[in-house]
Amino acid sequence: MDNTVPVSADLHDPFAKPGALTPSGAEPIVRTVDLQKFYGSNHVLKGVTLEVYPRETICLIGKSGSGKSTLLRCINFLEEPTVGFIEVDGVRVASDPLRSRSRAHQEQIRQIRLRAQMVFQEFNLFPHMKVIDNLIEGPIRVKGQSRDQAIATAEKYLAKVGLAEKRDEYPGRLSGGQKQRVAIARALTMEPKVLLFDEPTSALDPTLVGEVINVMEELAHEGATMIVVTHEMAFAREAADRVYFIEGGQFVEAGPPEQVIESPKDPRTREFLARTFGKAHVPSADTDSAPTAPADEAARAAQIHLKSQWSPGGQGTTSYGPVDHRNEPD
Amino acid sequence: MQSHGGPAGVQAEFDLSLATPEDVVNRIALSRARANRRFRLIFGLTWLVLVGGLVLALWFIGKIDTAFIATWSPLILTAVPLTLFVSVASIILAVAFALVGALGRLSRNPIIYGIATLYVSIVRGTPLIVQIFFVYLALPQFGIVIDPIPSGILALGFNYGAYLTEIFRAGVEAIPRGQREAAAALGMQERDIMRRVILPQAIRIVTPAIGNDFISMTKDSALVSLVGIQEVFWNAQNAGNQTFRNFEALTIAAAIYWLMTIVLSLGQERLEKRMAESDVRV
Repeated sequence: MDNTVPVSADLHDPFAKPGALTPSGAEPIVRTVDLQKFYGSNHVLKGVTLEVYPRETICLIGKSGSGKSTLLRCINFLEEPTVGFIEVDGVRVASDPLRSRSRAHQEQIRQIRLRAQMVFQEFNLFPHMKVIDNLIEGPIRVKGQSRDQAIATAEKYLAKVGLAEKRDEYPGRLSGGQKQRVAIARALTMEPKVLLFDEPTSALDPTLVGEVINVMEELAHEGATMIVVTHEMAFAREAADRVYFIEGGQFVEAGPPEQVIESPKDPRTREFLARTFGKAHVPSADTDSAPTAPADEAARAAQIHLKSQWSPGGQGTTSYGPVDHRNEPD
Repeated sequence: MQSHGGPAGVQAEFDLSLATPEDVVNRIALSRARANRRFRLIFGLTWLVLVGGLVLALWFIGKIDTAFIATWSPLILTAVPLTLFVSVASIILAVAFALVGALGRLSRNPIIYGIATLYVSIVRGTPLIVQIFFVYLALPQFGIVIDPIPSGILALGFNYGAYLTEIFRAGVEAIPRGQREAAAALGMQERDIMRRVILPQAIRIVTPAIGNDFISMTKDSALVSLVGIQEVFWNAQNAGNQTFRNFEALTIAAAIYWLMTIVLSLGQERLEKRMAESDVRV
């Protein structure tokens, strides 16, 4: 395979270190090497090198437009990176934007997707299929499982997210939180090596966030490997092994949550956290050098944060809705 | 007594104590229902007066040949099944053309896209009547001779297929991008994504449009009388020509088409309502 490029030593993720649960010396299960993404002339990812070890939960935090969702979507090639390559569970694929539709490249992407399943902000359940059919579609079509086999697996994971009784319901009859739990079960039914979460609670009514977070925390504690783009700092603090703060398409700071969230070193991280938590959050590190955001700006940011929780409405929103994220890079 | 609160002055001016909120809600519901009934009654009467009045007026002037109507109506009516058959067969053919056409219009292959676009352009750019005659009269010059009924169905299906092509294409494009992404993220291949995720939802979206086109089709099917298919309009014209009673004959034909479209519209309304209420459409 001429797409297989050896990883040169100097491109290792400077922030990476095997998590507490990982035996030292373990190989990373997900690796992105010098990943770059352009939308036209817009440089969204500026060389991102990330290493995730088995059983780790990684949280990617940052402003909207910082590139965190793009990074996640590059890992399973929903976006073709412009430069760089990605490795998931031993499958290494170099980006090939000029021949992204070639059969060989598509087959490689398929191998990646079999190993890295994604949970979307907008759930993206198939509205014309019952819950159970949503879950078995992938295993039957992609993994070639028999219907009985797929149903058995699906029921197991549906029970795991606490929705066994919704088996024969259509997604339109579920609340936003239930939809997202079904979406998580759909990803689990593929039995991937890695779960990718793209702001899984951002489209939910605030009262429904908890049930989704609970499922995710349970998964994290059971040792699932997860990469989570999120604004839920409480989740990051509780469940993440490492938190990466990304801004302008680059990692600015990374480390265990108590370090990045509680005592961020980089002024940009501090500014972001101050905005996220509003003025109540006082960065604990040396405050004199911290660029404190103007009060009105912080207030506006807090409002935006609130808005992002309320809109576009978890409950009653359907995939048929006119919500269109086509032009948002993040 | 004081349950509605408010200053004593208001209590004195308006006797609020008599109306509990439940009373008011009930009374609003009653008056709404009454207004609805009234509206429907007057609507029905208006139609009755307009249509009935017109019929009666013609009757009294003595310009209407009731004996003709009595004799010929049943004969013209016998053509209704043929009209419906031509319409149903044509709409089925049109949907088939449209499905292929829409996939062509969405294709990244320039040849397939070119063929589909040419089809839509030519059909939408020429009169239906020309297309009908073309199939029936022009193709025989190339040794392709098709019987009147199949050629009528072919022309109607080909024509409506082009319009439906654009509707189907829009239907596919209306499916949120997230659906395709979710299927792709599962690892599904392009063909399965289209067949299992996109098309089933798109067809649901365009079903009302197919219904509309079907209703249009029953009326446009009158055009195939021109290639000698003995459907409703052909029968009416035939009767009128024979007896010089064109007014009666055409009126019968018009009434038949009108009634057919009313029945079909009611059917479609019910279908749409059912689809809107179904679990599937949320």
